[in-house]
Amino acid sequence: MCGIVGLFLKDKSLEPELGRLLTDMLVTMTDRGPDSAGIAIYGAENGSQTKLTVQSDDADADFATLADDLGRAIDAPVTLRRKDTHAVLDLPADQASQARQALRELRPGVRVMSLGETMEIYKEVGLPKDVAARFDVARMQGSHGIGHTRMATESAVTTMGAHPFSTGSDQCLVHNGSLSNHNSWRRKLAREGVHVETMNDTEVGAAYLTWKMQTGSTLGEALESSLDDLDGFFTFVVGTKDGFGVVRDPIACKPAVMAETDQYVAFGSEYRALVNLPGIDAARVWEPEPATVYFWNH
Amino acid sequence: MQTFDLEARGLRDLNSTLQAQKDATNQTAWEIVNARGSHAIAVGLDAPIEVTVKGSTGYYCGGMNKQATIHIDGSAGPGVAENMMSGTVIVEGDASQYAGATGHGGLLVIKGNASSRCGISMKGLDIVVHGNIGHMSAFMAQSGNLVVCGDAGDALGDSLYEARLFVRGAVKSLGADCEEKEMRPEHLEILRDLLERAGCDAKPEEFRRYGSARKLYNFDVDNAAAY
Repeated sequence: MCGIVGLFLKDKSLEPELGRLLTDMLVTMTDRGPDSAGIAIYGAENGSQTKLTVQSDDADADFATLADDLGRAIDAPVTLRRKDTHAVLDLPADQASQARQALRELRPGVRVMSLGETMEIYKEVGLPKDVAARFDVARMQGSHGIGHTRMATESAVTTMGAHPFSTGSDQCLVHNGSLSNHNSWRRKLAREGVHVETMNDTEVGAAYLTWKMQTGSTLGEALESSLDDLDGFFTFVVGTKDGFGVVRDPIACKPAVMAETDQYVAFGSEYRALVNLPGIDAARVWEPEPATVYFWNH
Repeated sequence: MQTFDLEARGLRDLNSTLQAQKDATNQTAWEIVNARGSHAIAVGLDAPIEVTVKGSTGYYCGGMNKQATIHIDGSAGPGVAENMMSGTVIVEGDASQYAGATGHGGLLVIKGNASSRCGISMKGLDIVVHGNIGHMSAFMAQSGNLVVCGDAGDALGDSLYEARLFVRGAVKSLGADCEEKEMRPEHLEILRDLLERAGCDAKPEEFRRYGSARKLYNFDVDNAAAY
């Protein structure tokens, strides 16, 4: 099954509430997928800094001196905010690729969750309520966010198999469904030089979108072409620095409900996820059409 | 009128209370508040009672209904009134996928739109949709009537048996072995009755009828591509 929630705020006065609202939505979807949970949240920009969100299974050892070690390696100031098994490294945006290279050498056990000016991704194995509590998601602020709770079908229950998957700087993807041609796309993408880390089908979907965008497509065009190229069941929800998109495969078995008011656009795998949102009784509520790309921008 | 707070008392209490109502019950009117999109609300009822659900429902509301009249004052999630035997289910808003799936009897009225697979494998149920329906509706539908006042999506009536399909608007495409058929006086009578019972002011003459071409009933190698 899997459960997806998403919230894209139009009304800035709700931004301090984003983490709390998303946590409530995600916990409501627990019985659609209790294996692992994750959240991508789009917070405030910090000048010319970029955020590298990383994860470690041995966070005490890996994170203790990481900011200093990485700062020396790239010869630039790096600050670290730890959240449980994750940490957000703030560093100059123009040093991001050197930092990733240096991180691989300094801390081979540390995994990159996301990179971006505003996006942070947190994900772990466990129930949504536990995962949300570990990262204190309820207190996070931001303009939009996407959450996912997973019932694994195509690959192992691991942190790296959890959603969201990052599809590029400030871009993320969550998926409900299963792709049936992910192995052939993994081989095609490898020939194009695109590396996929896990055996997970969704990561291939994310890598596909990244590759499409690297080769000139907009996110909307990449989503359109996914309808032709990806086989299987999918409801995808994607986030960008200032946008939020939804697409369902042409068969559209995987459920999806959307709600829109003057204050927000919200997505839920089920209506249950939306019932505590402010003004939901007066919201326009509808089911997104199959094989149709929906997109909102700030 | 009995009022039942679903949030306070829970789903199991609700369904066992409603299922315990018998033909002679004097508690004939029920209102369920705080539905909040919950699954399996008012399923397996078997008494001539009236149940109104305030708000939208999740999966399978009114499933397996016999005799009862269930009114959803909101939209319905997937599988509303699935496998209904008799009685009436009325949805004020929209219905999600496979509304009325496998239903044997009774009447399902959807005042908004229904999405994909509406009436899939229906076996005698009548469905009236005031708005549009999605793709693959009435797939393998065996008997009963599906009335659509708006448009129908792709592959209407694919692999259809003997259900009658009436559509007022456009049909995006017909499924394998589904074809337009002549509208005869007896069909107009069926339509008039269903539209009236569904509170719909459309005129029977505005509809077209679709049914099975009966070419896929038995295996024929010349039809291999259509199976």
